[in-house]
Amino acid sequence: LNQSPQERPHATVNIPLAAFLTLISVAFVSPILLVLMNSFKGKLYVINSPFAFPTAESSVGFNNYTQGIAATGFFPAFGWSLFITVFSVGIIILFSSMTAWYITRKIDPFSKALYFAFVFAMIVPFQMVMFPLTRVANLLHLDNPVGILVIYLGFGAAQSVFLFCGFVKSVPIAVEEAAIIDGCNPPRMFFSVVLPMLTPIAITVAILNTMWIWNDFLLPFLLIGSEFRTIPVAVQYLRGGHGSIDMGYMMAVIIVAVIPIVLFYFACQKHIIHGITAGSVKG
Amino acid sequence: MEKSLKKYFLLFVGPTLIAFIIAFVIPFVMGVFLSFAKFTTVADAQWVGFANYVRAFSNRDFVNALGFSTLFTIVSVLIINTAAFALALLLTRGISGTNVFRTMIFMPNLIGGIVLGYIWQFIINGVLSAFKVTILVDPAYGFWGLVILSNWQFIGYMMIIYIAGIQNIPGDTLEAAVIDGAGPWTMLWKITIPLVMPSITIALFMTVTNSFKMFDQNLALTAGQPGKSTAMVALDIYNTFYSRAGWEGVGQAKALMFFLIVVVIALVQLSITRKREVVN
Repeated sequence: LNQSPQERPHATVNIPLAAFLTLISVAFVSPILLVLMNSFKGKLYVINSPFAFPTAESSVGFNNYTQGIAATGFFPAFGWSLFITVFSVGIIILFSSMTAWYITRKIDPFSKALYFAFVFAMIVPFQMVMFPLTRVANLLHLDNPVGILVIYLGFGAAQSVFLFCGFVKSVPIAVEEAAIIDGCNPPRMFFSVVLPMLTPIAITVAILNTMWIWNDFLLPFLLIGSEFRTIPVAVQYLRGGHGSIDMGYMMAVIIVAVIPIVLFYFACQKHIIHGITAGSVKG
Repeated sequence: MEKSLKKYFLLFVGPTLIAFIIAFVIPFVMGVFLSFAKFTTVADAQWVGFANYVRAFSNRDFVNALGFSTLFTIVSVLIINTAAFALALLLTRGISGTNVFRTMIFMPNLIGGIVLGYIWQFIINGVLSAFKVTILVDPAYGFWGLVILSNWQFIGYMMIIYIAGIQNIPGDTLEAAVIDGAGPWTMLWKITIPLVMPSITIALFMTVTNSFKMFDQNLALTAGQPGKSTAMVALDIYNTFYSRAGWEGVGQAKALMFFLIVVVIALVQLSITRKREVVN
């Protein structure tokens, strides 16, 4: 499945087309390389001569990295981003798959209503619930790195349940019935028979939610931003009180913020490409 | 089995349902109510009817933001989808190096909106420094900066969706067309585009809603400056809530109108493109 033509042995060579695509591809990567180059220069040189290579005069070595990382509190931010992303994605996969399986197998008006509520929630812009949500979270003491996991489950469930439902429909019900006849109760049957079969869509759900939660800004900013900063919140705080930014620090912080993403991309590239294709199936 | 399932409802659905009610259902219902109320902390809310909706139009901010968002959405959706589709056509011809090209073009999509905004603020200011100006001098700079940024972010994503669609076209359909004497142009318009219509539907839907709802990139790139001339709807709503005391209700009224507009756009767009889909 999804074996793309270029992976077959008889790939063709077309020099003008390859040259054109090389140019396009380099254009897509060059902004990052430009930031990397400038991350070694002093702030005035970043602003005044951004397209010049670092020289003995303009270079500050790794100074931007040490100072920028200290100024943003990058390492704690990395820790909070990692904690929130990993645990949110974990509970989203667990609970969304359970919910999706239940409402697909137990067809009644409530299940149907819940399904449509999830589809509806996917379209609603965040600004619609932003202000009341911060109040509700305060009231229920969910405005901390553990409480925010509940909020992410609530928001992430919409699309995740939707994707799981589409997949559960293709799981043969006979396998489940056989397990029940063999004496499994539904929970045990779900975890030992159904959940393993859901692995492909679970990977898709994990990829999509990871991309969203790792990069999410407004929710962690409003809910926990004053005490616990995730990476996007820490980057935004680099902008000073009067909108002033040390562009040298900014360059270095952008690079350290992008490194985990690039590593994640190269480690899971196949899953990411497949995940976003599978995640874009229409309902 | 269906009957025995019922007693496991709390186990299977309970956690998701509770989180969904806390994070979405209650705030949404409160949001609808609060758009008709005057409040600063929710607890002190007083019913004021449509006063917030009237005040939302008492200055030009909201209308300007709607105009900016609409223009931005039209321009960026057209460029993103045209470029992504063209790249998908080139990258499904089995030429060597395809995987490397695809990997590089998709990469920017994984970077978050805030970081993207600062990357492009730096680059655009770098280019403009040759003319001794910055991105905040003219709203047009902010507009086109945002278009370039969103192109850089979304072309790779949409390209992946189009590639999947093109690869799903049955090979014998294409062969039959070639045998019947169809040229490349006829093939594109009569075979490829009709058969990838489901991909076009989803890619248009995603680019339209993502562009119209954009916030992080807008905040980081220009923060709406100069003045409020480059503020999109989401940023205008945010500013109405958090930078003007006494305007919280107006912010919520704007948010409700924003929500309704997004729903209408989504439904209209889906109904138009779905009609053109063929079953294959």
